[in-house]
Amino acid sequence: MNRFSYIRAETLDEALSAIALPGSALLAGGTNLVDLMKYDVAKPARLVDISRLPLRGIEALDDGGLRLGALAPNADTAYDARVQERAPLLASAILAGASAQLRNVATTGGNLLQRTRCAYFYDPCTPCNKREPGSGCPAIGGVNRMHAILGASEACIAVHPSDMCVALAALDARVNVQGPGGVRVIPIADFHRLPGEQPQIDSTLLAGEIITSVDVPADPFGPHHSYLKLRDRLSYAFALVSVAAALRLEDGIIAQARVALGGVAHKPWRDQEAEALLVGLPPGREAFDQAARAILAPAVGHGGNDFKIELARRAVVRALSQAAAGAPQSQSDKRVR
Amino acid sequence: MSEDPSAMPLQLTVNGEVRDLRAAPWVTLLDLLRETLQLTGSKKGCDHGQCGACTVLVDGRRVNSCLILALTRDGSEVTTIEGLAKDGALHPLQQAFIEHDALQCGYCTPGQICSAAGLLSEGQARCREEVRELMSGNLCRCGAYTHIVEAIETVRLSGAEAAA
Ligand SMILES: Cc1cc2nc3c(=O)[nH]c(=O)nc-3n(C[C@H](O)[C@H](O)[C@H](O)COP(=O)(O)OP(=O)(O)OC[C@H]3O[C@@H](n4cnc5c(N)ncnc54)[C@H](O)[C@@H]3O)c2cc1C
Ligand code: SF4
Ligand code: FES
Ligand code: FES
Repeated sequence: MNRFSYIRAETLDEALSAIALPGSALLAGGTNLVDLMKYDVAKPARLVDISRLPLRGIEALDDGGLRLGALAPNADTAYDARVQERAPLLASAILAGASAQLRNVATTGGNLLQRTRCAYFYDPCTPCNKREPGSGCPAIGGVNRMHAILGASEACIAVHPSDMCVALAALDARVNVQGPGGVRVIPIADFHRLPGEQPQIDSTLLAGEIITSVDVPADPFGPHHSYLKLRDRLSYAFALVSVAAALRLEDGIIAQARVALGGVAHKPWRDQEAEALLVGLPPGREAFDQAARAILAPAVGHGGNDFKIELARRAVVRALSQAAAGAPQSQSDKRVR
Repeated sequence: MSEDPSAMPLQLTVNGEVRDLRAAPWVTLLDLLRETLQLTGSKKGCDHGQCGACTVLVDGRRVNSCLILALTRDGSEVTTIEGLAKDGALHPLQQAFIEHDALQCGYCTPGQICSAAGLLSEGQARCREEVRELMSGNLCRCGAYTHIVEAIETVRLSGAEAAA
């Protein structure tokens, strides 16, 4: 780890002025940043510890939605009775990620801003456009089993590794941020970005801004949701492919559909045109297959990850079937039904 | 060894004892426990949050001490494997690990037991499958998993941790 100075912010204003100084980085749970610092991938000159700011709360909003404090530990969010009742898809997705120890420490804001797990990105001895812009992307033509099949660029084919964010994308969450210019709200769909020619930039959060909370709108899907995560071992592994699916059924017909994919792109992947194909149809294999094919139509493999295209197609169909049946994937009994 | 000039003060209550300490910002809680306090029960397996060997309880919650900078926990209570036995009696989980032969080399064991203590106090595991899932943050290269789950299940079903 590089040498750095440490300050503990007691108030949001203190944190905002501390983060304005160049070379500063915010520390929340530290489960990603400290790890990246150990690999010399992140080398901040100072750490601004925001873990004691009063942003840990989880609030039930009057409109049926939820407000998750930026510093709420992932475990607190997943086990909160109001979250389990109002956004069970989100609770399930969080429990599909990391381990109990990590979820006790990882926070809402840190989870949103965790960086890719691309092995080249983690290894300062190799080139990587995300770590060192312009140096190249060895994952293209290299080991890319975990990499993107959608929305990648010639500069970077990394994926965003979060589970929580996939559910937030399906639920149209909004990220509340505060910066030198005041407060603003970033819809989750606009929060993470595709790599394009600037893969070093993961999100649309601006320098000097701090996430204060995330709002999850009232969820009309009842039991018709599922978070299906497929990975190389049954637990404590990042997704090869994951799907957050939710359906609103009216008189046996799909009135609203949400499908977000994880592990396939630089951001949680939504395709609203494909979702629209489902509306007005009876839930069933035929409809789900059509939507899955539409979502995966633009998919491109890079060799090691070609298998993910078919895996993702099947995962979408299965997650939608689970959602239609009101039988969400269990995150402890790993049998996929 | 002369002190690092960057060291800053922090107070921790470690296994019930108040300790006034100093640490440089980059010192992890795991290194502080092992190197400064000589509490070498907590192990360094991967140093990256990937194995659980460093699991300790901070303010009652199980965490990977290798990913926590010590200064960030100023004022906290830390319980390590050394602090689980009370008045000369092993913690029920320690006893159960022995009885169920839940280890081979023992390297992962302090982390497994601290993690299991956290699991029991969280109260989210209601069956064997949930114990397995909620213990997945602790790897055992010797593959003692079946006996580890057995040991934890024994304690969970006896409710003994409540008395400990
Ligand atoms: C072994 C391992 C396995 C894992 N497996 C999974 C998995 O399966 N699924 C999954 O989803 N995740 C997984 N994770 C990742 C984990 O979820 C993240 O590390 C965690 O969510 C990050 O949260 P944090 O609070 O610790 O962030 P930190 O490490 O503190 O911060 C991460 C980044 O966010 C920034 N930041 C934090 N809070 C704010 C804020 N309020 N405003 C602005 N910027 C902020 C920091 O500056 C930093 O850049 C795993 C991690 C490990 C180590
Ligand atoms: S995929 Fe992205 S993160 Fe990985 S090596 Fe290429 S540029 Fe770097
Ligand atoms: S040493 Fe901390 S998780 Fe492996
Ligand atoms: S007993 Fe050897 S690693 Fe678990």
